Amino acid sequence: MMRLELVKRPQRSVLFSALSPFLAFALTIIAGAIMFALLGVNPLTAFRIYFIEPVSQVWQLHELAIKAAPLILIAVGLSVCYKANIWNIGAEGQFILGGIAGSIIPVLFPQFEGPLVLPLMLLLGMVGGAAYAAIPALLKTRFGTNEILTSLMLVYVAQLFLDWLVRGPWRDPQGHGFPQTIQFNDSAVLPELMPDAGRANWGFVFALIAAVLVWILMSRMLKGFEVRVLGSSPRAGRFAGFGLNRMVFFAFLLSGALAGLAGISEVSGAIGQLQPVISPGYGFTAIIVAFLGRLNPLGIVAAGLVLALTYLGGEAVQSALGISDKVARVFQGMLLFFVLGCDTLIHYRIRLIGLALTKPESAAKLEAAPKLKEAR
Amino acid sequence: MDITVNILLTIATAATPLLIAAIGELVVERSGVLNLGVEGMMIMGAVGGFGATYLTGSPWIGLLAAIAMGAVFSLLFAVMTLSLATNQVATGLSLTLLGLGLSGMMGTSFVGQPGERLPNLDIPGLTSIPVIGRLLFGQDPIFYISIALTAAVMWFLFKTRTGLTLRSIGDSHTSAHALGIHVIRYRYLAVIFGGACAGLAGGHLSLVYTPQWVENMTAGRGWIALALVVFASWRPWRVLAGAYIFGAVWIGQLHAQAFGIPVPSQFLSSLPYLATVVVLVLISRNKRLTMMNTPASLGQPFVPDR
Repeated sequence: MMRLELVKRPQRSVLFSALSPFLAFALTIIAGAIMFALLGVNPLTAFRIYFIEPVSQVWQLHELAIKAAPLILIAVGLSVCYKANIWNIGAEGQFILGGIAGSIIPVLFPQFEGPLVLPLMLLLGMVGGAAYAAIPALLKTRFGTNEILTSLMLVYVAQLFLDWLVRGPWRDPQGHGFPQTIQFNDSAVLPELMPDAGRANWGFVFALIAAVLVWILMSRMLKGFEVRVLGSSPRAGRFAGFGLNRMVFFAFLLSGALAGLAGISEVSGAIGQLQPVISPGYGFTAIIVAFLGRLNPLGIVAAGLVLALTYLGGEAVQSALGISDKVARVFQGMLLFFVLGCDTLIHYRIRLIGLALTKPESAAKLEAAPKLKEAR
Repeated sequence: MDITVNILLTIATAATPLLIAAIGELVVERSGVLNLGVEGMMIMGAVGGFGATYLTGSPWIGLLAAIAMGAVFSLLFAVMTLSLATNQVATGLSLTLLGLGLSGMMGTSFVGQPGERLPNLDIPGLTSIPVIGRLLFGQDPIFYISIALTAAVMWFLFKTRTGLTLRSIGDSHTSAHALGIHVIRYRYLAVIFGGACAGLAGGHLSLVYTPQWVENMTAGRGWIALALVVFASWRPWRVLAGAYIFGAVWIGQLHAQAFGIPVPSQFLSSLPYLATVVVLVLISRNKRLTMMNTPASLGQPFVPDR
């Protein structure tokens, strides 16, 4: 019988801080190999199909960018929340509301065309996402209501609201009864970056810009310092005159706006109309992206590409090996587990102790003390 | 009269999984640990319960499998947060995400398969008493477990020494540790108990409520159970009351849909979630009540000092 014991490091380990995501990825691969073997598939074949084949051609890289864009956009916003110790886990709902708000123009005013349409749609998307995120922020600051539960409950409400819209008032009358809105007109579709090479659209560029801007905000500006101080010690932040309530609003509005931008970019770029379901759980997967990217916007870009690959890989093993594409969700969940576990190594060393050998703690401590001195 | 009895019975069926999951989480949170993975443990219990029933043909084995599945799955959370001192919020979230994925994968071959329902209690002579007979002696076995569990947890937390110790750990793990109490060991047991309860609650869904396997069939019930614990300000009997109120909301909106009330069904379906938000706001408005009842070290990682 073994027992783990954590020994606090004098300071955080720079080595493990950099290494932890890679360690976590390696552990995920090992666990994944075991999982594939249990499913009766040769792990090497499975990994080739899962991780390499989906990105071996140029058009596939474009698909990767399409999946990565919303993940990065959302995760960059969430990283600010989590750094400030504010737990917005309802990004999925803010994504949906962004998609809905941004679609107001192409669905209700389809005759409105021109270069103004897209910027307005993107703006409305951000406003929609931010407004929806303002609800948990308001409830938290005004009544002290737990933001984890409220932001999550609002995800279910948003999903049902979208379902009602596309089956009810916004349904395409010429759509043969399918639950979807009209196809957006050309000026409401987010253009592709390189139409000859693949489908990737401007959403990916938005994601990169957002990552760089938030990186500057967090590392070069006072606001970023404020986020970090309030996150690690609200008391110290109060003495410095930083308002916690203002921070709650700032973090929620920023992450909501980015999730909303991701939502309208997805609807206008990748889908081209509203459907009952517009997200394969991007808002939740982005939580994993944020942690895997160490809550650092630039790390998040890399993590977003990795998690996007898990989506593509899931589709690939489903069509090639007949394994459920839920395998992607399993990989994503394991990745987050391992990255959180590996993060422990940043602050602690882990010692394994055989239980059978340990004496009552106080006695062991008394004996160990002189030995420690000798060792030094 | 019969309609009233039927409605009461369906409310009890809807409330039971919420009650069991929330009672389990209540014990976990009383020990100072916040496990946000209830939804994930519940769905694992649901798939485990259905799977074992499907393979063996016995829903009773399914029941045990659901409990075991929840407990084993919660162990993952326990090792991470208690032994490795990871962030409890993030770890709980990842438990939920992993559970939703894993259950979807395990359940692929169960989709559309007919399930087996746990039989209702049937005591000759008693169950056939008009009105109260079916309410008291004719429900599914997990209903009786849920009531017994609530009473047992109430007694354990407030009438036993071990319960007092558990509560003291939740209020100050450092003081408890200084008194020589094995904080981590107590918390391991509490988390596993919570996992077993969540698994049982999931089993209720796939063995009683709708005896089949549907992906994501928990539909946010795990999260509502978490909200119930806050709503109940960490008191078992208030969890019981809260679970039945939510059961009534859940059933009420289903009946309203069936009666064809001229409100879109999606709005009615969102009522339980909106009700959760409203209830949370109402309860948190009273800051003193919340402050007084929240276990003081809830959610904080603890690394024993040596």
